[in-house]
Amino acid sequence: MASQEQSRPQRREGDPDTPAPVTPPGAAQTTVSDADIDSVLDEIDDVLEINAEEFVRSFVQKGGQ
Amino acid sequence: MRRVMGVETEYGVSAPGDPTANPMVLSGQVVTAYARAKGLHTGRGAWDYAYEQPLRDARGWELGRSFADPSQLTDIDDPTMANVVLTNGARFYVDHAHPEYSGPEVTTPRAVVTWDRAGDLIMQEAAELLNPDPARPTVALYKNNTDGKGASYGTHENYLMRRQTPFGDIVRHLMPFFVVRQLICGAGRVGIGQDSRVSGFQISQRSDFFETEVGLETTLKRPIINTRDEPHATADSYRRLHVIIGDANQCDVAGLLKVGTTSLVLALIEDRAMPADVTVANPVSTLHAISHDPTLRTLVQLRDGRRLTALELLWTYHDACAAYLSERTGDAAGADADTREVMTRWADVLTRLGHDPMSCAREIDWVAKLRLLQAYRDRDSLAWTEPRLAALDIQWSDIRPSKSVFRTLRSAGQVTELIPIEAARAAVATPPEDTRAWFRGECLRRYAANVVSASWDSLIFEVPGQSALQRIPMLEPLRGTRGHLGPLLERSPDVGTLLRELLGSGD
Repeated sequence: MASQEQSRPQRREGDPDTPAPVTPPGAAQTTVSDADIDSVLDEIDDVLEINAEEFVRSFVQKGGQ
Repeated sequence: MRRVMGVETEYGVSAPGDPTANPMVLSGQVVTAYARAKGLHTGRGAWDYAYEQPLRDARGWELGRSFADPSQLTDIDDPTMANVVLTNGARFYVDHAHPEYSGPEVTTPRAVVTWDRAGDLIMQEAAELLNPDPARPTVALYKNNTDGKGASYGTHENYLMRRQTPFGDIVRHLMPFFVVRQLICGAGRVGIGQDSRVSGFQISQRSDFFETEVGLETTLKRPIINTRDEPHATADSYRRLHVIIGDANQCDVAGLLKVGTTSLVLALIEDRAMPADVTVANPVSTLHAISHDPTLRTLVQLRDGRRLTALELLWTYHDACAAYLSERTGDAAGADADTREVMTRWADVLTRLGHDPMSCAREIDWVAKLRLLQAYRDRDSLAWTEPRLAALDIQWSDIRPSKSVFRTLRSAGQVTELIPIEAARAAVATPPEDTRAWFRGECLRRYAANVVSASWDSLIFEVPGQSALQRIPMLEPLRGTRGHLGPLLERSPDVGTLLRELLGSGD
């Protein structure tokens, strides 16, 4: 059974055998800042259906594979 | 490390404003609208079912047809069901009540993502054809895997493997990996339980729909390891491992890692290089518990008594792959650029998931989605029961750019793109060059009028002036490449010349 018990974060921290991960080429920015997220929220407000409750209720699919 | 593989996705389909619309009819319209626009023919006969064996089980038996659920009889050609083979080598058709894009066979994780992105563009174009007025759409398509109300539909991966590898070894070593793989490629979901009866967020779209460990079914009692044994290739040499547990990805990095890491783990299994037994005590309930815990602290109970986090278990697989590659190639990241990319990205996301899961918001769908949902909740003080959050989850996967939350995020530069959009656009009409998909796609492009039907492992031609149809079997997935047949097609102005040379040469 999986347990919900808390465990400490990864053994990997400070593990001398593990080289520091190299940022892959092309990944200019490695994280998304809170400011980045906040700036996109307004845009997403415009994308979301106005009547969210009705939209969610009517999204009904047939099961597939 | 190369492996023949591919991904197939059933897209969610609905008619905005008309919840009574028949999804099979809608799906058929999607496929036929696209096929017509491209001058491709659909429907009866377009798919060659001669070699299809959906009831063959990898454990060594075949299910009697009378015992099968009707949804398992995928080899019956229903004339009302549209079905077309595209010039990029993919199959585009109606599966049950969803339009499905089955990408062509490719050999690298990058190519999987490229042709998967092409599938999204094909769906987008098909929907645009049916929605001349975007303000009054008649059909909407979604790249997700559940409606949150108890229905799920699949994104399946296919991996060509050596037939001689015992299926028991695959089950033993792949099961623990599939229980925890969702951390690096889950698509995220609002709602817990098949019908979302508990509010909250979970890592995977699909996990709650898995109810058994091993089995043949794909539409009910879904198993973590699917045993469908339908190789679409020389059965004595190969099996096609049909993986049904994955989510549909939109993040390139997550999609790359999903197939890239799985392919490497399969290599470990094939070469008996898996160093330790990490059998999970209760795979199904653990799969659910891992998905339900975005803090990643849940412990996995192994049968040998150890308790590990999902991340520690993933590191075990990563380290086994690194040792395997080191021994084989002299480099723990592998000798080729594709393997190196997978190994580097894999270590990178595992390390960052260990420090702060939210730091992977550019790379992994579930993290990107959760980050955005949290920002929404914080801004407007929303509980998880708020319908706007469920709406955001559904619209995350809308394939219309103007309605897609994911596309909005990507346009804002907040998602790492590995595949330039130009490459995805090119893959809409162009097949991969290094598998039989090249021959399939090129024949559709050059001789579409003469191709009577096609399948993964055959093409059937009608030759002008001949009464008998000509069937070309393609049971070797790595033959029929551009290198192999390119010159022949170049010097064949018509299908008659092609077949004369092909059959004459014994190829």
